Amino acid sequence: MIKPASKPTLIDLEGVDFAWHAKAKPTIKSAHLRVEEHEHVFLRGASGSGKSTLLNIIGGIVTPQQGQVNIVGHDFCQLTELQRDKVRANHIGFIFQQFNLIPYLSILENVTLPCRFSKLRRDNAIKRSGSVIEEAIYLLSRLYAKGKFSFDRTTSELSVGQQQRVAAARALIGQPQLIIADEPTSSLDYDAREAFMTLLFDEIKLSGSTLLYVSHDPTHQHLFDSVVDMSVINQHHELEL
Amino acid sequence: MLTIFSIAMSVALLLGVEKVRVNAQSSFANTISGTDLIVGARSGSIQLLLYSVFRIGDATNNISFQSYQDIAQQKGVKWTIPISLGDSHRGFRVMGTSRDYFSVYQYGEQRTLEFASGKQFEGVFDAVIGSEVANVLNYAIGDQVIVSHGTGSASFTQHKDKPFVISGILKHTGTPVDRTLHVSLAGIEAMHVNWQGAVKKRKASKALTEANLQPESITAFLVGLDSKIASFKMQRYINEYKSEPLLAIFPGIALHELWNLMSVAEKALLIISMFVVLAALTGMLAVSLAGLNERRREVAILRSVGASHWHIMGLLITETVLLTIAGILLGLALLYSGIWLAQPIIEKNYGLFIPITAPNIRELGMVCVLLTASFIVGLVPAYRAYKNSLADGMSIRS
Ligand SMILES: Nc1ncnc2c1ncn2[C@@H]1O[C@H](COP(=O)(O)OP(=O)(O)OP(=O)(O)O)[C@@H](O)[C@H]1O
Ligand SMILES: [Mg+2]
Repeated sequence: MIKPASKPTLIDLEGVDFAWHAKAKPTIKSAHLRVEEHEHVFLRGASGSGKSTLLNIIGGIVTPQQGQVNIVGHDFCQLTELQRDKVRANHIGFIFQQFNLIPYLSILENVTLPCRFSKLRRDNAIKRSGSVIEEAIYLLSRLYAKGKFSFDRTTSELSVGQQQRVAAARALIGQPQLIIADEPTSSLDYDAREAFMTLLFDEIKLSGSTLLYVSHDPTHQHLFDSVVDMSVINQHHELEL
Repeated sequence: MLTIFSIAMSVALLLGVEKVRVNAQSSFANTISGTDLIVGARSGSIQLLLYSVFRIGDATNNISFQSYQDIAQQKGVKWTIPISLGDSHRGFRVMGTSRDYFSVYQYGEQRTLEFASGKQFEGVFDAVIGSEVANVLNYAIGDQVIVSHGTGSASFTQHKDKPFVISGILKHTGTPVDRTLHVSLAGIEAMHVNWQGAVKKRKASKALTEANLQPESITAFLVGLDSKIASFKMQRYINEYKSEPLLAIFPGIALHELWNLMSVAEKALLIISMFVVLAALTGMLAVSLAGLNERRREVAILRSVGASHWHIMGLLITETVLLTIAGILLGLALLYSGIWLAQPIIEKNYGLFIPITAPNIRELGMVCVLLTASFIVGLVPAYRAYKNSLADGMSIRS
């Protein structure tokens, strides 16, 4: 159907302008960003600088009014909405700040959710562990360190730290090429934060995924290959000032 | 949960009304069968049907016994049953008729009358009562009853000197027969002998026999023909009868006309239950719209793992339809257990038996319409969720 280009650039934004509303001031102005395959990028920026908005563009949820968006070899400006949804399902795993989980589904069902929307990730999971469930249990038990946990429970009894690990397992299942984390630790306390970062990095390295990590907290930026500041990507603030 | 229940209630009501309607109509149509023509004095056909079959209202005119006998002897006439009305017993109509009535009269699917106990009337002062008369007045074989003149339940002139003796009690039929007290034509004559100015013409009550008690007139009569094909010819013959103005009607057609008259009420009931369904659907819509805001996050998560807008809309519509299906199933359960519980009560009080049968085509049609409606109702929150999700993107700003 859609052949990914052979070049190892996973994210390529050029001159992207985006406004949430037709009349509103643009949130993103002539943004540019390149992320190579296997790179771990720390995206830093003040609150309200448009980090989450940028992730919506990269995920193909919204389309910019101007500019080039090329994600895992797909030119998003050329794709239909459904095709962008497909690319997102197949190639990107998201972790958000909190409320990542669907409350009426069990832990396992939450983790395996992407495999319902992506045959590619389902096949990858089966290839690795024999079944989607096995893969989910494998990921969960790694992230929970101690494997003694009933994954059939609903997610409501989980602590925030545990929820974030379930979210990480969901982002990782089926080995998507790109993991995007939008301030995944900002609702965790210090210990939980450290533990989560360690686990996340272990898993990312194991799966060989590319990581785009978004935060305004520079504590962990030394773990990354490169640090990009929103004010460099986005010309928006210069324009405002 | 409340949504399911209100859908269930509305489904039970809608189908319940439909079931009662269908059964009322068929029991109505089954009031009389096997009779080809009903003949009475010329009036309206519905009026004739009402007083001759349903014992409602009174005849404006009688017909002469002469004419009755004449028509009964016509070629092609298989049987006739005379009906003489005008008296009552404690609110129940008294009907004078012939003995043939018990063997020839049919209701329902060609069912003839059967005796629960006793036998048909033999003597002039024997009476056969319907099951409801027996139940309500607690009568048994051998009891004496006094018939009053006129049909009001407040009896003014009672034929006290001529008590009747109950000789038989009929089985339940679910028709007006149950509320009738049957005596011979001679019996009707006999109780009027001393009452009318006929005292001088006839002898004392001791000498009353069937032979000298031939009536001069009757109220109506039922006709069975050898062949149905002849019924139009016979109807025309009776309607054009020379010596007095008569009216012959086909019971089936007259029943149909009468039902149509009453169908206004039935339609009103149906419309009311449709509004109840509409209210339930509106309630469901309101609940699902109200819950939508709390589900924005859920939608955002689904979008982030790759769900398209179509997925989301499909999910919400499916949810509405599933809720409705659950409501329908619960409603059916309510309906059937309701029928099961109410069956004996309804039968006893209204003479209407509502069998537990699988939903008919019309009822299934209603269910399908409801499902379609729930699909359409589901479109609304689905569209709203789509709009929300467009505005929200993947992350919710709180
Ligand atoms: N769904 C939306 N609809 C309209 N405007 C939005 C939407 N999401 C974000 N914005 C606006 O875009 C601007 C950038 O917001 P965004 O959430 O991208 O910033 P951020 O860098 O992620 O901030 P934070 O660090 O607080 O998460 C803000 O002015 C915000 O009001
Ligand atoms: Mg943000």
